[in-house]
Amino acid sequence: MRVCVVGCGAIGSLFAAHLGQLDDIEVWAYDPAQPHVDAINAGGLRVSGVSDLVARVRATSDAGEIPPCELGVVAVKGMHTESAMEATAHAFSDGAVCSVQNGVGNEEIIAEHAPRVIRGTTFPAGHIVEPGHVEQDTGGKTWIGPFEPKPASMEEVEALAEALNRGGFETLAMEDARGAQWTKLIFNAATNPIGALTGLPHGVACDQPALRALITGLVDEAKAVAEAQGIELDSDPDELVDHGREVAYNHKASMLQDVLARRPTEIDQLCGGIVRFGRESGVPTPLNETARALVKGLEHSWTVETPEEGAAR
Amino acid sequence: MGIERICVIGSGAIGSLYAGHLGGSGVAEVCVLTRREEHARALNEQGLRVTGKSDLHASLTAASEPGELPDFDLGIVATKATDLEETASRLEGRFPGAVMMTVQNGLGAEETMLRHGDWRLISAVTFMSGNRHGDTEVEYELDTSTWLGPYAPTETPFEVVREVAELLIASGLEAEAMPDLLPAQWSKLIFNAAVNGVAALTELPHVSAFASESAPSDLGHVVHGLIDEGVAVATAAGIDLHDDPWEMNERAVATGETGHGDYAHLPSMLEDVLARRPTEVDAISGALVAEGERLGVPTPLNAAVRRLVRGKEMSWRRDTGAASTPVEEVRK
Repeated sequence: MRVCVVGCGAIGSLFAAHLGQLDDIEVWAYDPAQPHVDAINAGGLRVSGVSDLVARVRATSDAGEIPPCELGVVAVKGMHTESAMEATAHAFSDGAVCSVQNGVGNEEIIAEHAPRVIRGTTFPAGHIVEPGHVEQDTGGKTWIGPFEPKPASMEEVEALAEALNRGGFETLAMEDARGAQWTKLIFNAATNPIGALTGLPHGVACDQPALRALITGLVDEAKAVAEAQGIELDSDPDELVDHGREVAYNHKASMLQDVLARRPTEIDQLCGGIVRFGRESGVPTPLNETARALVKGLEHSWTVETPEEGAAR
Repeated sequence: MGIERICVIGSGAIGSLYAGHLGGSGVAEVCVLTRREEHARALNEQGLRVTGKSDLHASLTAASEPGELPDFDLGIVATKATDLEETASRLEGRFPGAVMMTVQNGLGAEETMLRHGDWRLISAVTFMSGNRHGDTEVEYELDTSTWLGPYAPTETPFEVVREVAELLIASGLEAEAMPDLLPAQWSKLIFNAAVNGVAALTELPHVSAFASESAPSDLGHVVHGLIDEGVAVATAAGIDLHDDPWEMNERAVATGETGHGDYAHLPSMLEDVLARRPTEVDAISGALVAEGERLGVPTPLNAAVRRLVRGKEMSWRRDTGAASTPVEEVRK
């Protein structure tokens, strides 16, 4: 079986490296970062931290080199899904493609380029240490299931889960993976913009009753949307918030890291997704709308020149 | 009442604009209370120059200690809302015959003053803006008006308010005396809560995006939502707004207030954020939320903005290792 990981950042590298442990699977990785690609091809893809392994992976920054694949795993940031799928679609003309990205809306984009789509949610996290080397910071499960509007078969979903499990990456194949996806979506959509807009680490924000109440407000709106969509959540996202405070007190949300580096954020896939589905179901989401607009405004501010000295009003 | 001696309390951009105009035009004898001693010294030695929309030079008496100030008839209290409590306590027991005019953003400045003295008060809001260039020069940027009215509980005669307005106008500033300032004060409060809060969090100057509502994701929806909450609170408080805050927002971004389309004003709360100073969010958004609670009008969006701005203040206090005060719910 041949699998191509599209987007070999921290998350994509974790998938590629675990799949790369298996002799019966040929793993390709597509990523635009040439130094990362070169390092992987020269010395293998290395994962340290929670996992410790080196994997043989064929990496390329030229999508044209990717041969036809049975399976794809998309791990690019949400704003790059369209361009990444456009570039790699030829490799999946008869394949099933799985999103393991944050938020919602990515599967819809993938479905425009691939015949069969798998919905996925993954909890492990990591960061790139140097080209070819990723540190896995946290473990956790991955949930995958057919994306209903353009579903992959359960056989394909199970084949991917089986391979990942065999490679040491715990994965559950499910008929309906929306519960896991929305649980993580709601957690991320409620906590990421708080970090991005205030600059506070997760635990510090949670310790402020006023901000903790705002997080619950965001969670409650999104829960109502999930309920209206007939989605049964895996667990209470509000409890995940408290759990996150315990295990990752000083963690800066990925959206805050994006803001500090002035990179586009995934707010459209998080709060934006909740707003969109809320509209579809007639559920008001004023706090998520506000959070989305404020973060978009913050991104916009990086393109606007701020006067050196201002005026009072 | 024959106002001849005026003290400007607080010498930031707004205070400097009052002091420079009133002193430079010669309509009154002007003294200034500064926070820093070297600022007072510089003003005593060099006076205060006004550039930009005015061209004036004022000779002033300045001091950083209230005890060193000469007596005065009118005090213009122009500190930031966040510094008012401390300033008012330093004035306690002094200048009992003076009329004090508060020009702070938000609500509650008058009550703060009255906790420290039984002065007669004038309520005021100002739309003008300026940029300080060092300690002895202020650039007059937006030549928009100061609105003032009697603060009813202290029974300040309207005649006195009119006299102050005439003095301001004679000095080259724009001013309008109103028998009841509350409708104007609330228009500005609601406008500031929305525009300053969004600017502080997005770090955007007051650009046209603040009034844009054509796409579902436009920032104008948030600004409008914040304003709608404020208008609902004002309505419940029985206030018939002087200006529609949404129209104020549209006007401000349409013309850039200076008539230049590419100009975007930097709201003071964004200025504070960029300088990592405490903001006036409690006096502005916090006041609106508190009034909403008192009147039973929900203000979830204004509450969210206030919580986020307070959180943002906390993040840079953490960065500098300074003591953190919690993100409280109750305004001081």
